[in-house]
Amino acid sequence: MAEGALDTSNLNGGQKLAVKYFTVAVILFVAQIVFGVLAAQQYITPSFLFETLNFNVTRLIHIDAMIVWMLFGFLGATYWMLEEESGSPVVGLGLANLVFWVLTVAVTIVVLVFLFIQYGPGTQFTIWFINEGREYVEAPRWADIGIVAGLVVFFYNVVATFMNGRWTGIGGVLALDLIALGGIYVAGMFYTANLSIDQFWWWWVIHLWVEATWEVLVGCLVAWGLMKTLAVRRSIVTTWLYIEVALMFGAGILGLGHHYFWIGTPDYWLWIGGFFSALEPIPLVAMVVHAIYDSGVHRLKSANHPALAWFIAQAFGNFLGAGVWGFMQTLPQVNLFTHGTQWSASHGHLAFFGAYATINIAIFYLAVQQWRGNVWMGRDLPGNGWKWKWSLGLINGGMLGMGVAMLIAGYVESFIERAQLGSTWQAYFAAQTHPWFTSAMWWRQVFGVMTAAGVFLLVWDLATIGRGETRAAEKPTAEPAGEAATA
Amino acid sequence: MANPDPWWAREKFWRTAAIVITGGMAVALIFLTFDTYPAIEAGGSKVPPYTVINKRIGYQYDSDLKRQVPVIGGEAPLFGEKRSPAEARAMVSKGKKIVQGRNCMDCHTLLGNGAYYAPDLTKSWLDPAWGSPAARESMMVSFLQDPPKYGRGYGSDRRMPDLGISEQEARSVVAFLKWMSAIDTNGFPANFPTIRQ
Repeated sequence: MAEGALDTSNLNGGQKLAVKYFTVAVILFVAQIVFGVLAAQQYITPSFLFETLNFNVTRLIHIDAMIVWMLFGFLGATYWMLEEESGSPVVGLGLANLVFWVLTVAVTIVVLVFLFIQYGPGTQFTIWFINEGREYVEAPRWADIGIVAGLVVFFYNVVATFMNGRWTGIGGVLALDLIALGGIYVAGMFYTANLSIDQFWWWWVIHLWVEATWEVLVGCLVAWGLMKTLAVRRSIVTTWLYIEVALMFGAGILGLGHHYFWIGTPDYWLWIGGFFSALEPIPLVAMVVHAIYDSGVHRLKSANHPALAWFIAQAFGNFLGAGVWGFMQTLPQVNLFTHGTQWSASHGHLAFFGAYATINIAIFYLAVQQWRGNVWMGRDLPGNGWKWKWSLGLINGGMLGMGVAMLIAGYVESFIERAQLGSTWQAYFAAQTHPWFTSAMWWRQVFGVMTAAGVFLLVWDLATIGRGETRAAEKPTAEPAGEAATA
Repeated sequence: MANPDPWWAREKFWRTAAIVITGGMAVALIFLTFDTYPAIEAGGSKVPPYTVINKRIGYQYDSDLKRQVPVIGGEAPLFGEKRSPAEARAMVSKGKKIVQGRNCMDCHTLLGNGAYYAPDLTKSWLDPAWGSPAARESMMVSFLQDPPKYGRGYGSDRRMPDLGISEQEARSVVAFLKWMSAIDTNGFPANFPTIRQ
């Protein structure tokens, strides 16, 4: 085997499964970006693909590819760390492999149906087999059942492996989080004629996944990642993880109320949702402090520079996109005028990217390093590591640019459509045709293409970084002198 | 060496805190869910019964609450046919299933949730764009059956595609939209000028 070649004999059982999940995740990530660019173009030239791939199809694939690639990334990342963290081979690995193939085939079928069948009549058949028509969980019911079954097997793998090896703080948090992850998804799996009840439970899935259980899962991955890349002491990351869980669930569970302002729910949710969701940025601040503190203590000395850079991008991106951008519109007094405008799109883009895309990318870099035989990924990479540096810059710059462009568009909608003209159809189009709005959509597309260029560069880099590398990975310093003395 | 960390920096303290806080918040959410549920059932204090499609619906400013609230008026049966509770529920439900099957939510918003490529539908039944209550029902049905022909973009090139909606299906969608317009959404959207009726 050539030096630095991709070789699965470098991986343990869980990691072999993980790289399969990562491969599908990257393919879906590219699909998300391609369909995002198409949907953005439809804002600028509405006749583009009209009645071939209507906006609701391109947008559907854009957001669902995102959910699935991130979920695949999380599943892969958990299998990746499971054996090292528990000290035991993955229990039930054969079943886990079967689930991977079942999920991958299911996702392929769902995407093909979305692309080529697109719509169905107003029947239960459509809900079960074509399109459930509820944003983010459009996947038909049969696929929902597949996802839950897959999560049950995933939970079994994680718990049985930790039981077979050793339980750690990260393992304990992860296991409890996975119960919530699977259980909450079931809350959205039924049909009701009542839209208010529909959206009440729908938000359990969307909010409690994205703003609670996913955040905690990511907290586990970051905790493990900081030990891995910086050799941070376990007791420090575990204590931080508990702090983050306390703050995340403390604010995030009732923070759900910020989705219950306008869907027909009692008005006490204005106060509960406003108060608790205003607290939601606090754990994100804690995560930034944690990452910066550890990086500083360890003088940024890391065995994997691209991964560390993406871990730091995660800390900032999560705080900025989920925390700051979310806080801006979370109080009901503001949200009354921003709800259902490009403000939400701006926040959605920056939050999903900052909190979840970044962490997955960081772990992809850790994975390719090990996959190639734990090769060098520190300083002095060939070409000075231009590919990972440029992709990091293009993706982060592009996302931030898109977020700002959509925020400007959102302001136009808030002021003109919502506040001035009262949200009628005419008011809607008065905002959509305003030059400030249309120019913002152009800028969004410019930054979208910039992001896409960064993503293609990232894929190229992931496929090639470390190839032919003869140096072994640098070992991160376990404890800098000052730290060790006080430990 | 003794543990130098103060109590508030210890792993054990934060593990206990995480468990207690998470459990407490989960219990609070379950309690609030039980309290909210009766209000959001059809016919509850915030969400209308399905038979509201037999009534005239308004959206008026309440000077005590300082926001607009739905106002249910006299008889105004949809398409001139008064429906029983079971018939009304079936019609609204059919409309909602069509809205889901045509994936309306990935262009429009319902109660402000969805995509932002097309107008919010929360109060679309009350939109002044339909001209007058007399013309509204037939205009809505014609529009849904052939949106490229009957749609209005008010200066925008954006159009709704033809989604193959039949007349019967369009009527059910209209029933769903009429029912939705009577949900008490705590004043969202604000400052909404309704069709004159």
